[in-house]
Amino acid sequence: MFKNKKLATGYEVAIEACFDAGATMMYGYPITPVTEVFTEWIKRGGESLQAEDEIAAGFGVCGGVIGGQKTFTTTAGPGHVLMQDPLSMAEGMRLPMVVIVGQRGGPSSGTVIYSQQEVNLAVHGGNGEGLRLVYSPSTIEELYFLTRRAFNEAWLYRFPSIILTDGYLLKSQGVFSVKEDLKNVSSYPLVKEGEQKHWRNIYTLEEELNEVVLQNKKDFDSIKEKVVSAETYQTTGAEILLIAHGIVGAAAKEAVDILRQQGIKIGLFRPLTLSPLADKELNQAAKGAKKIVIVESSLGQLAEIIRTNLDPKNIATFEYLQFPALGVETETIVKHFK
Amino acid sequence: MLLEESAKFCPGCGYSIILMMLNQVLLSQKLQTKAVLGLDIGCSLLGWNYLPVNTFQTHHGRVVSTMLGYKRAQKDSVSLALVGDGGAYAIGWQGLFYAARRDEPVTVIVVNNTVYAMTGGQTAPTTPCGQRTSTAPVGCADKPFQGPEFLKNVIQPGAFLARVAVNDPKAVVSALEKTLAAQQAGHFSLVEILSVCPTNWRTVGKATFDYLEKLKKVYPLGEF
Repeated sequence: MFKNKKLATGYEVAIEACFDAGATMMYGYPITPVTEVFTEWIKRGGESLQAEDEIAAGFGVCGGVIGGQKTFTTTAGPGHVLMQDPLSMAEGMRLPMVVIVGQRGGPSSGTVIYSQQEVNLAVHGGNGEGLRLVYSPSTIEELYFLTRRAFNEAWLYRFPSIILTDGYLLKSQGVFSVKEDLKNVSSYPLVKEGEQKHWRNIYTLEEELNEVVLQNKKDFDSIKEKVVSAETYQTTGAEILLIAHGIVGAAAKEAVDILRQQGIKIGLFRPLTLSPLADKELNQAAKGAKKIVIVESSLGQLAEIIRTNLDPKNIATFEYLQFPALGVETETIVKHFK
Repeated sequence: MLLEESAKFCPGCGYSIILMMLNQVLLSQKLQTKAVLGLDIGCSLLGWNYLPVNTFQTHHGRVVSTMLGYKRAQKDSVSLALVGDGGAYAIGWQGLFYAARRDEPVTVIVVNNTVYAMTGGQTAPTTPCGQRTSTAPVGCADKPFQGPEFLKNVIQPGAFLARVAVNDPKAVVSALEKTLAAQQAGHFSLVEILSVCPTNWRTVGKATFDYLEKLKKVYPLGEF
């Protein structure tokens, strides 16, 4: 459908990616701004179940992937809070659960279309160590590719994978084309008929769980270099490093172009994966920067990840442009440097 | 019949008897390889390595939602959800209710011992009215929760609902056979098994089963 350049809406592109990834089943519960992701899947003939809540939708996905089905769900805001229940089981049992999250303003029901306040929830939600793959697309095209990657990397590495986007991107139109044909990683039953598998998710001894958690962390760290991605833009000789993700990242990139034209030595680090983060690229980009400016639609959820991953010797002066639950326009960022 | 590991249940617990009967039914129907047993939280989770059947533990009240997902992925499997009365009728009720309403072809086995047994005997939806527990020191105020009786209002033709007691093996085996038949015909099924918990009931020997007989008056046996 989108193999050649054409205009497409975010939710169409996300669902195109799910079909292209080989997904065969979707569990969902209507919630703005991701309802269209669910209805588009149904409209295009995908098998689906509308569950009674996000908890059941998420656990349906868990059961489905244990049975070897490439299945996924979509949710937002308060539904994302409920989705942490199945995501925590998926993290504990290393289930390839894929979730498309359209962030809403929070807390609670908040607003319905946009914010970047679900970063902590996506990355660290659940009663575990936050061993999830979290992707943050800035453009329609990235929404497609990161969704494809989420399925592949979930099934290859067996970690829950979240495409963390928002209603602006899901409901906006953009030019889209598939430049390369990605190969799909196959799904397979995690419990095979007659194998007499006895699979735990609850441990009697602290030492047993400690061993499992450490092994999972080791696995997570070992795939880091294969899954991290980030865009570094105009960072050579940059005195100011702008850092932003998702749709704010797109505005930040435009702002860099404008500010460069005005003679300001500014560059951009834009993570496409929030978990794990491309720390090498971050530190490379931060080297020599006198000031790091982190722009986001939250009160520092991205900033916290960045500070955690910055090498102490690269810690410069920080500035925070924080607009919780607000859209961030290019002009707002440009104005800050005047 | 091969038992994988010795029981980790308390002495006198009803779970090990129920699991043995389940295994017997699966064995006689040649369904051991097709069966997948999902376990909820609480005492049910102790059954994780007990039967020569694919078994996995799930999550706090979520076994039914997980097992219906499994069944949708593996339509030829026999999808079994083992859950206590708290998991089924409190934390997991919404999932269970909608699975029944949608006629999901899974078999739910509810072991009803009328308490939250793993956590030490707190009030469950099934705790008889007036029963004193650590969370209801002056006695449980609510009416007992009758799961199958609720569900009979929403199930589809072909679904199966029953309540049996652990001290009547023939009835347990017969009900389990009917649940499997319902699932294989594409329908939802649930059997609630009135069980015993001498540890939390603080009963010994005959007193345990005397109490079970009393419970049968609160929870009528039969098909619904």
